[in-house]
Amino acid sequence: MNTGAPQAALLEVRDLEITFFSDRGALTAVDGISFSIGAGETLGLVGESGCGKSVTGAALLKLLPRGAKAGGSICYAGSEVTQLSGQALQRFRGKEVGMVFQDPLSALNPVLSIGEQMVETLKAHEVVSSQSARLRAQEVLDAVGMPDPSRVLSAYPHELSGGMRQRALIAMAILLRPKLLIADEPTTALDVTVQAQIIELLQRLRAEQRLAMILISHDLGVVAQLADIVAVMYAGRFVETGDMRAVFKHPRHPYTAGLLRSIPSLTRGADLSQGIPGSVPDPLHLPLGCAFHPRCPRAIDQCPTVIPSLIAQGITRFACHNPEPGS
Amino acid sequence: MPLLEVRGLVKRFAVRQGLLRLTIGWVRAVDAVTLSVERAQTLGIVGESGCGKSTLGRLAMGLLNPETGEVLVDGQPLAAWLHKDKPALRQRLQMVFQDPLDSLDPRLPVRESIAEPLQHKRLSRRDINARVRQALQEVQLPPEVAIAYPHELSGGQRQRVGIARAMIVEPAFVLCDEAVSSLDVSVRMQVLHLLARLQKEKGVAYWFISHDLAVVRAVSHEVAVMYLGAVVERGPAEAVLSQPWHPYTEALVAAVPRPDPEKLVRVQPLAGEVPSPQAVPSGCRFRTRCPLAQERCAREEPALLEKSPGRWVACHFRP
Repeated sequence: MNTGAPQAALLEVRDLEITFFSDRGALTAVDGISFSIGAGETLGLVGESGCGKSVTGAALLKLLPRGAKAGGSICYAGSEVTQLSGQALQRFRGKEVGMVFQDPLSALNPVLSIGEQMVETLKAHEVVSSQSARLRAQEVLDAVGMPDPSRVLSAYPHELSGGMRQRALIAMAILLRPKLLIADEPTTALDVTVQAQIIELLQRLRAEQRLAMILISHDLGVVAQLADIVAVMYAGRFVETGDMRAVFKHPRHPYTAGLLRSIPSLTRGADLSQGIPGSVPDPLHLPLGCAFHPRCPRAIDQCPTVIPSLIAQGITRFACHNPEPGS
Repeated sequence: MPLLEVRGLVKRFAVRQGLLRLTIGWVRAVDAVTLSVERAQTLGIVGESGCGKSTLGRLAMGLLNPETGEVLVDGQPLAAWLHKDKPALRQRLQMVFQDPLDSLDPRLPVRESIAEPLQHKRLSRRDINARVRQALQEVQLPPEVAIAYPHELSGGQRQRVGIARAMIVEPAFVLCDEAVSSLDVSVRMQVLHLLARLQKEKGVAYWFISHDLAVVRAVSHEVAVMYLGAVVERGPAEAVLSQPWHPYTEALVAAVPRPDPEKLVRVQPLAGEVPSPQAVPSGCRFRTRCPLAQERCAREEPALLEKSPGRWVACHFRP
């Protein structure tokens, strides 16, 4: 029920900074990003390899590898995630936030059946009998459109096809009825017809369960199917963010515009635009000023010296000294 | 005469099990495929995993032997080329792979990898270096790249090196197997552009094998759609992908997520997944997932027929 009153955000991230310490020096993978998500809302986090999108997803769950440090604040339903540990952290991961990754085989336990894994998860978080846990697992498998759920309960991950594995993983992620789902490239490893099924499933879950979602993807097509708001990342920063439709229709940042132009169209015919010149910069040697300026067709004098900050215009925000013309 | 032609190619792989490696079944990887490509043309080959597109590519290159059927290069059977003049064949046909790291030796500067196809030519070091320089220039890489090692290059640069390596012998045909699939979106377009330019300048023909329909549409003159080892539809890229006849092509096209929030209305996604190639359905191989399937489809395999000039489809009911 939307009463028009401002809703408290489910997740609020302020000035998130992620630094990796390696023998080559300190590397800032994410450099001060802020965003918030309300219940039932989907944020699409897009960008190319190394832009910091997956690391952001990991940081939200406190799953950063050793040697990485996160700064800033991650506030979930009023509590600070960065301070969580022990049982509270366990509860947060799973019961509050579910996660789905690109490769379901590496996320599923190969020696336990799907049913055993689901029952184990349920019992770790709730006081339930094995029998009712199994029943619940079967219900959730059914809800994610798994064919023959009772048989799948006793199947092992390797016995399932790629699409069924991804469904099983999604079932496990929503088993404890989390309010937020973090999905990192959930369809990237799948064939296109199976990808369409998974997109449809995620759309349905979002509508039926009012599930908020952070969709991390390099595929602007997938993001366009699912996201309400979008954040385009480049070299660890947001370069453009806001209402997905507005951003995709009238991108203001030249990087967003270039990405959208780089996708060949199925309907427009043989159209080979140049894409974006150059390649993604080495995070250890980021260009000064705006990190995108060496590749930017619209770069002007201050771009190599002054880092542009995000400024709001209408329902989107972008960080550019010389933005593309608006609508 | 087509530059490269494959006729009725069949390749099966034995499925073996146990200590004795007994054959317990057969995978029909490529099942009676006939295709060709003319000079300076691109044939796009699309399909999902396990459809046999990569195996088909390997058969066409002579890297695998077909069970039946033949490959003709300039009208001559591949077997004759291999017997008579293998080096000459390797100059006619080259390959670009998905991951250039697979074809580049990590311990050698890329100069050596690029020059590798010239080996049998007995050129002087100076001539080789000049050819490498020229090849790098053609793929728009700076000359310093010659002495770099593969790990020092970005993904896009490595793929350009892979293309330089294929192009250095001025081949007539290049097989591109998922050649841009591992590249970032912004870099992918640069590489596609490069391939198109080289085709224009040198008249090279491509087979462009990819799972990405939009990419195939952007580079191909003709496309062939494969499902479980067979071509189910073939014709001009524009016609096939904008007005598909085969229900499978139709479903593939509909399933591609468009980066356009206004294009959310999609047909019901295709149910289920591709059956195991070990158990190809009887009759029409697509019938288990086909919305049009009827009893006849289980009995009778539809032949790939030319139903209008240049447009082939294997369906009892379409167009």
